[in-house]
Amino acid sequence: MSVITFREALRAAIDEEMARDDSVLLLGEEVGQYNGAYKVSQGLLEKYGPDRVIDTPISEEGFTGIGIGAAMAGLRPIVEWMTLNFSLQALDQVYSNASKMRYMSGGQFSVPIVFRGPNGPAEFLGSQHSQALQSIYAHVPGLKVVAPSTPADAKGLLKASIRDNNPVVFLEGELMYSWKGEVPDGELVIPLGTADIKRPGKDVTLIGFSKPLRMVLEAAEALAAQGVDAEVLDLRSIRPLDEAAIYESVRRTNRCVVVDEAWPFASVGSHIAWLVSRNCFDDLDAAVELVSAEDVPMPYNHGLELAAQPSVEKIVDAVKRVTYA
Amino acid sequence: METGTLVRWRKKEGDTVASGDVLCEVETDKATMDYESSSEGTLLKIVVQAGGQAKVGDTIAILGKPGEDFSSLLSDARPAPAKAPVAAQAVVSAPAAAAAAPARGAPAVSAALTGRVRSSPLARRIASQRGIDLRALRGSGPNGRIVKRDLEAAPAGGAAPRPMPASPTYTPGPGDEVQPLSSMRKVIARRLSESMFTAPHYYLTVAINMDELLATRARLNEGREKKASMNAFLMAIAARALLHHPKVNSTWNGDSIIRHSAVDIGLAVAQPDGLITPVVRDCGKKGILTIDAELADLVERARTGKLQPSEYEGAMFTISSLGSSGIDEFTAVINPPGSAILAVGAIRKEPVVGKNDVIEIRQRMRVTLSCDHRVIDGAVGAAFLRELADMLENPMLALA
Repeated sequence: MSVITFREALRAAIDEEMARDDSVLLLGEEVGQYNGAYKVSQGLLEKYGPDRVIDTPISEEGFTGIGIGAAMAGLRPIVEWMTLNFSLQALDQVYSNASKMRYMSGGQFSVPIVFRGPNGPAEFLGSQHSQALQSIYAHVPGLKVVAPSTPADAKGLLKASIRDNNPVVFLEGELMYSWKGEVPDGELVIPLGTADIKRPGKDVTLIGFSKPLRMVLEAAEALAAQGVDAEVLDLRSIRPLDEAAIYESVRRTNRCVVVDEAWPFASVGSHIAWLVSRNCFDDLDAAVELVSAEDVPMPYNHGLELAAQPSVEKIVDAVKRVTYA
Repeated sequence: METGTLVRWRKKEGDTVASGDVLCEVETDKATMDYESSSEGTLLKIVVQAGGQAKVGDTIAILGKPGEDFSSLLSDARPAPAKAPVAAQAVVSAPAAAAAAPARGAPAVSAALTGRVRSSPLARRIASQRGIDLRALRGSGPNGRIVKRDLEAAPAGGAAPRPMPASPTYTPGPGDEVQPLSSMRKVIARRLSESMFTAPHYYLTVAINMDELLATRARLNEGREKKASMNAFLMAIAARALLHHPKVNSTWNGDSIIRHSAVDIGLAVAQPDGLITPVVRDCGKKGILTIDAELADLVERARTGKLQPSEYEGAMFTISSLGSSGIDEFTAVINPPGSAILAVGAIRKEPVVGKNDVIEIRQRMRVTLSCDHRVIDGAVGAAFLRELADMLENPMLALA
């Protein structure tokens, strides 16, 4: 077991998979000579050479499409989007080609590709560059969407994503790259579609994923001080979704709060809240609560920027509503 | 309550109405309640006449200034909120529920009055599993929603599933009259079926010599204008016996049994179409004359359907007497949340084998105690009834 950063965990996953399988390659803006915009790919160009670590022009639609074509031709590309905000340029490639190729070719082509990069707000980046876009990628059938919250999960899930024969959108977070955590030594592959109870509890189930999960754990500690024993369920992957783990937990606690830093309308969070309402109806003692971003473009003013996002206080308040405290 | 019957208008068109004035009387599921106006003005129009029915929120009358034109309000008078009331004009809507402060120990009955029970899905599932009637509970959640914690202290009907509703399979023949159920009849049917089907009843009967008690009552009533009733004596003495046998003064609560600190005794009172059990609270701390005075008032108002819910809910022991109807003995259905009910027969002169095998003529009364076996085992019920009978035979013992 060693303590490493989220960034190092991702790098280790890419490095190990590139060493293990010659068909794995990395492409994107500044992934090579600059060592990556967030230094995830540091040292990889030197180690694997320019044929497997490819700097691309600033053209998301172009290099995303090249990655998809390479995957159809038998390679296992990892496409780094400098941020998910820029991925919107490539949305047609992902929606129309990557997600549908296997279906529309009757199984003749599979698209073993990973699209990865930072998602969600960081700080002081303005409305266009502070978006949490998981809802868009989770919406389309044919894509897998993975969103780890710890370095260990990041490593194990990225390795599983690279080995998966389907297109995977792998969500990171700019503020998460420096987070540290214990990562088991040796081979670590975590199957996609397995949620993880990060904190067991009996009074309420808090469901989250990706960056907000750390805040959810803080809220759980704050609640513990008030006598509320919250369970924190980390989804880790949004598609496939570990519905069984969600229902098992909610049926024990009878109360559920979903936390998602995306906007609330037609979101991953609202969808999970609906699933719980539908499938745990007779087990619920209160309506499911959703803590999300406020339904506004991200303000630049830092006070407002924070107020527009989920917070420990908002999560605690939601728990008080479902526990009638 | 969803629909109420407008029993009587207490104001007529043209009358001036002040806020707080009683406008009319509305029959709810179990009682007839005064409906007070929350607005003031002149009663311009009565929309629902006496005897008519109205849903909660329906327009039943229009208040306003004398001579005001209210025709536009009449035309869209159904969904209640008055649109932009002209001047003082106001639409009077059927009351959603008469607020009644629950008596200590008595389950609140807002649900019984409003019909729709707000409850969480989990609360409904637990209630169904434990045979709890949600309508008898008060919810602590928003808008009175009943949530899990409200069921933790609820009197339960037991683990049995809810009784099957009697399906109307009988086809009336020519000349038969089909009577729709009154709301009270529905409540009686539901409560007594649930009691009979969930509480395992057993019955203990004893014949009691009443000569001493009748003499005691006669002495107490000597020179009194208002004679203390036999029911008051029964209640006062039953309360003493219950204090000695707390296991009888208890409520089955699904996974626990609640022993009550106070002795709240109900008396079954017949009404023209149904019955109701007004409750004298804390009988263990009250004398016969106090109980008699309270009982007289409650019974009078019970007969005319004027009891507040807090006055008839939550009897932990009930007395039902058919002696005045000439019945010698009978068995009664337990009245939840109580666990026992005493069925009292007529007092009659009978030959009795007395001391030294001498046949004596005594005033005899037969009572039958129905017990919920989940709460009261046979020996416990028998010990209680024996002491109650001893006290009735020798009232001095009640002071011991």
